[in-house]
Amino acid sequence: MATGELMTGAEIVLKALADHGVEHVFGYPGGAVLPIYDEIFQQDKVKHILVRHEQGATHAAEGYARSTGKCGVVLVTSGPGATNAVTGLTDALMDSIPMVCLTGQVPTHLIGNDAFQECDTVGITRPCTKHNWLVKDVNDLARILHEAFYVATHGRPGPVVVDIPKDVQFARGKYVGPKNIEHKTYRPQVKPHQDAIRAAVDLIAKAKRPLLYTGGGVINSGLVASKLLREFVKLTNIPLTSTLMGLGAYPAAGKNWLGMLGMHGTYEANMAMHDCDVMINVGARFDDRITGRLDAFSPGSKKIHIDIDPSSINKTVQVDIPVVGDVAHALEDIIRVWKAKSHELDKKAMAGWWKEIDGWKATNCLKYKANKDVIMPQYAIERLYALTRDKDVYITTEVGQHQMWAAQFFKFEEPHRWMTSGGLGTMGYGLPAAVGVQMAHPKSLVIDIAGDASVQMTMQEMSTAVQYRLPIKIFILNNQYMGMVRQWQQLLHGNRLSESYSEALPDFVKLAEAYGCVGLRAEKPSELDDKIKEMIRSPHPVLFDCRVAALANCFPMIPSGKAHNEMLLGEDVSDEEVGSAIDARGKELV
Amino acid sequence: MDKVVASSQPQSAYFLDMSKKEVETHTLAVVADNEPGVLARVIGLFAGRGYNIDSLTVSETIHEKHVSRFTIVTTGTPKVLTQIKHQLERMVPVHSVADLTVQGNSIARELAMVKVAGTGEKRMEALRLADAFRARVIDASTESFIFEITGKPDKVDQFISLMVPIGLVEVARTGVAGISRGAEGMRV
Repeated sequence: MATGELMTGAEIVLKALADHGVEHVFGYPGGAVLPIYDEIFQQDKVKHILVRHEQGATHAAEGYARSTGKCGVVLVTSGPGATNAVTGLTDALMDSIPMVCLTGQVPTHLIGNDAFQECDTVGITRPCTKHNWLVKDVNDLARILHEAFYVATHGRPGPVVVDIPKDVQFARGKYVGPKNIEHKTYRPQVKPHQDAIRAAVDLIAKAKRPLLYTGGGVINSGLVASKLLREFVKLTNIPLTSTLMGLGAYPAAGKNWLGMLGMHGTYEANMAMHDCDVMINVGARFDDRITGRLDAFSPGSKKIHIDIDPSSINKTVQVDIPVVGDVAHALEDIIRVWKAKSHELDKKAMAGWWKEIDGWKATNCLKYKANKDVIMPQYAIERLYALTRDKDVYITTEVGQHQMWAAQFFKFEEPHRWMTSGGLGTMGYGLPAAVGVQMAHPKSLVIDIAGDASVQMTMQEMSTAVQYRLPIKIFILNNQYMGMVRQWQQLLHGNRLSESYSEALPDFVKLAEAYGCVGLRAEKPSELDDKIKEMIRSPHPVLFDCRVAALANCFPMIPSGKAHNEMLLGEDVSDEEVGSAIDARGKELV
Repeated sequence: MDKVVASSQPQSAYFLDMSKKEVETHTLAVVADNEPGVLARVIGLFAGRGYNIDSLTVSETIHEKHVSRFTIVTTGTPKVLTQIKHQLERMVPVHSVADLTVQGNSIARELAMVKVAGTGEKRMEALRLADAFRARVIDASTESFIFEITGKPDKVDQFISLMVPIGLVEVARTGVAGISRGAEGMRV
């Protein structure tokens, strides 16, 4: 269609999606988006994936975005379509995932009339999006759509909503292309100030016990950022730990890797964080799961914080050298200045620092009591990892104990391989996220490491997987509890397990068969390997019911209100110690 | 690890004993696109993150460019105030934010309409005080006046408190509008 020609709003939507290179849209139709669905029917550039619930569409788009680095796109109807998308939008906001969500709206003349399937979508989604728009004039539609993609993907990425009334979808207007589109006011700072870079380099050069603390920002910044991070580590031999969101930016097989830090991080990572003298935060945000007790968080260190969002700096932890900018740019500059000044860290001090770290590593904090009769959840993930090592594998998770065990026991060598709900902690994220990941990587092995409670929250998306022949593997660590809730009840509430038992669980194998996919079950450690191999071999979606020890706790753990050097280590902790690990003050914390 | 007492770090989810002792009141000027919902966005930020709004005024200032200017008076610790500024700055329709209190050398004014009822000596006293405060009479009846007063908030406060014993009926206040002195302006 020639530029300048009049198009309907619905045509403009599809044209804009195609112009932004969108190949997949996750959505669910309804009255207020029928014109757009009619356009989808009549074209073949943009493929629509029909989910079973709008929340599933948002998580699928998140998985798609996080595994590709591209923007996820969601299309839902007005009212319940939009409200069902709210959880996924909030999840994407918390984890900085680029997402454009298009919502249908009742015709403009009905807005405010309590019309059928009307809700105040922009009002409801204002606090859970980076920005949102209600399009009242079809001639604004193309510009707003381009702006939406710009805002979602530039600066700190995040979700945006474009709310399009049905009459605007029918109305005819002009289409303008996305060339040179930038927002008239939104200008995130990408290049860091060179003064800050020089100050950071000077501080690192004098460090005797430096530590890199990396986060999701490295992943969001793109593959170059991970490459530069690895280069910098190689250049300096600084030990490195990462947040949950940052796993894979530095390879788990790398010799400087200390494991994840924070509440369920490794002993060595948390001790190093506590005792370092220069902390280099690269694209992380001092989340409370990381810092634990703030007044005892890394008390002796000078802190450098690289973040693209100025509001992240000094929000919870006061830092000495803020570096506002994109991680890749900042690392590139730091490496350049480092090399130009021929810096080298104090060899003797570094040898001592590494010796200390090796001492902490020797604690072997992830060890657990092996069992010949019952599958330990940690063992299940170790085996899953071992048996998929040579595969092109992507992992998603739900939220809870299984998520932490996955983070501890599955090793990631590359970025974009690990999709999990970190900030919002959304149970039910992993299955639809796996759908999105598999859509983007049809040939890869996509596994959702799940829990028996979480997986039931979005189970209906198995139907989506079957419809689109997406061979996702749902590996359920079934302990018949909301394990993390149960663990906290044991920690805080005298082991009174209020409502945390998974009563009336479905037979997951039969459920799989009912959906038309494959169901597998493993109950003994001896059969686990064979069943996992069977799962991997299957060309179909698989629900894997892995029956694991019911009452295992996730360790190591920094109990609420405690410092990094006050961790509970796993193997030898008695039930009494677990029951008294958190004091009265810590109980109030989340 | 017990030098915990007077931590200089702000507290997040962990130990929310936000120290109340070091709170300050600052005046922020915010220039933003006057698009639908922009006021709700700003207010929602304050409500959602638990910041205080002592006073808020907003109006379109450059009609052709659809640009609005907010003056927000807020109270918090210095760190919270910095955080508020950064949170405002990262909102997509916001052009620029100035902390007029930090910049110093700025002017803040507000306008109030003060309705006073009374007769006889009280009526005369109201007029005398209005004269002293340079308040103008903008409406009068045989039993009442409405005064218009502009000035710093404390001047307006004082005028209103003086009117209470004389027969204050009601007050409409605009809230504070602020601007920096000198030739420099905010980025639009």
